[in-house]
Amino acid sequence: MAKRIDVSGLSAFYGNHKAIDDISMTIEPRSVTAFIGPSGCGKSTFLRTLNRMHEVTPGGRVEGKVLLDDENLYGANVDPVAVRRTVGMVFQRPNPFPTMSIFDNVAAGLRLNGTVKKSELGDVVERSLKGANLWNEVKDRLNKPGSGLSGGQQQRLCIARAIAVEPQVLLMDEPCSALDPISTLAIEDLIGELKERFTIVIVTHNMQQAARVSDRTAFFNLAAVGQPGKLIEIDETERIFSNPSVQATEDYISGRFG
Amino acid sequence: MSFTPTQIDTAPPVSRSEQSTGRAGDKIFSGLSKGSGILLLVIMASIAAFLTYRAVLALSKNEGNFLTTFDWNASANPPVFGIAVLLFGTVVSSIIAMVIAVPVAVGIALFISHYAPRRLAGPLAYVVDLLAAVPSIIYGIWGALFLVPQLGGLNLWLDEYFGWTYVFDKTQVGVARSLFTVGILLAIMILPIVTSVSREVFRQVPRMNEEAALALGATRWEVVRMAVLPFGRSGVISASMLGLGRALGETMAVATVLSPSFLISLHVLNPGGGTFAQNIAAKFDEANEFGRDALIASGLVLFLLTLLVNGAARFIIARHKEFSGANA
Repeated sequence: MAKRIDVSGLSAFYGNHKAIDDISMTIEPRSVTAFIGPSGCGKSTFLRTLNRMHEVTPGGRVEGKVLLDDENLYGANVDPVAVRRTVGMVFQRPNPFPTMSIFDNVAAGLRLNGTVKKSELGDVVERSLKGANLWNEVKDRLNKPGSGLSGGQQQRLCIARAIAVEPQVLLMDEPCSALDPISTLAIEDLIGELKERFTIVIVTHNMQQAARVSDRTAFFNLAAVGQPGKLIEIDETERIFSNPSVQATEDYISGRFG
Repeated sequence: MSFTPTQIDTAPPVSRSEQSTGRAGDKIFSGLSKGSGILLLVIMASIAAFLTYRAVLALSKNEGNFLTTFDWNASANPPVFGIAVLLFGTVVSSIIAMVIAVPVAVGIALFISHYAPRRLAGPLAYVVDLLAAVPSIIYGIWGALFLVPQLGGLNLWLDEYFGWTYVFDKTQVGVARSLFTVGILLAIMILPIVTSVSREVFRQVPRMNEEAALALGATRWEVVRMAVLPFGRSGVISASMLGLGRALGETMAVATVLSPSFLISLHVLNPGGGTFAQNIAAKFDEANEFGRDALIASGLVLFLLTLLVNGAARFIIARHKEFSGANA
């Protein structure tokens, strides 16, 4: 189910402003890759280019290539809607559909695809909620609104919604930044389980979190405010946090700036 | 003319129990707002009392059945008058107006809030709002001089191909001074209010809800269906009720277009029929004291009808409150 991502020469723009410049990297399947870096370095923007969400922002534009296995997501005949069905996303703030029940939230993507029969919908919803470690907490109130859950539960509901459609890749944009430490721990444990099945890319401001959950870490930085963000290096997480090859990475990790 | 109490839900005040600290500004403002609240209730109560008092005077002398009589002869001796035709005409013309206006208004609102390029959205919203500034007598004149003759063709077409539905069977010859034409005219008149309230509600849909749908691989229409329409549902109902309130009470435009008759017919293309407000406008000037009381009795029914419609709308909204998105 998991696919490798190969990015080459990717730049992203907001109107005339270049947000990230010439990024190339490989993201391994069935592993967790973390993006760290100071605010404004373009790591979230880069994440959003991986499922073509960047271009829904007015003025958003991308140059370069993103290969999912061998298919270029920015190829001429590629439908961005189809890309987003293959590459799932979890956002910074939990965003279950407020007008839908817990069940309908998880089923939302399945109903869009129309690939799952009505009779099997219940099974897939149950499996997804179990996969997001939420089933036991919500199995008695599947028809209640998703917005009635706690923040951490809502975020796991959003993860269940994203994995229900069996994506190849799961993108997470600071998924714990709005959560308390206990809920954060629950999500981190979950990430450890999900990487058996999916390619996971996570943006985080929390370096300990990157160290805890990821296999590989990419460090982004920008020369100055208003300058485009750049990829400084990407390596095994252990190496980045113990013996990075670039001085700026070490400065950032040891808290000398950022 | 419209008695509609407004429907738009405002956020509840932070806390009523939080007393002011005694500063002069706080006291003045609290007194002012309390005073306006009480004044509103007093005005409403006195309107209701006035209508009820005069209506009772008329109803006690009515020789016909007020609810079922197909006639309005308040100045006859003994007086015979009933609201059956007026109630029917008011409800039918308003239903026609709603059926036409609400989908169109929701479509325009969606276009302005989610589809149109920004350059176009602003001016378009302005033009729609401008429709609301046209006085209703102008709509009436336009309806009578332009819409009525122009609708002849549409009436023939509907009669020809949809006559089998009974509703569109035109059994009487004559120009289109019908409930159907009135419904179309009312639809145009309530379009701006329904559109602008819906538009504001659609604009408030949180960006993150739309992004959630997009990230699941929703097309633009699916985003609207999953995130925008459900979120705006109660707002659209409120907007429709505001429009319905106006349609139920509209006077001059209806009086100018309709050729009144005291018959009930579900053939909406046939000329004739009447509405509460139109009947009052047409008869008030020439009516004697008692005749006016009788007309006021019909006005009271319109008042109650509007209250009922508003209550029903609130009930529908409250029933789905849990899922409204207000507690997101």
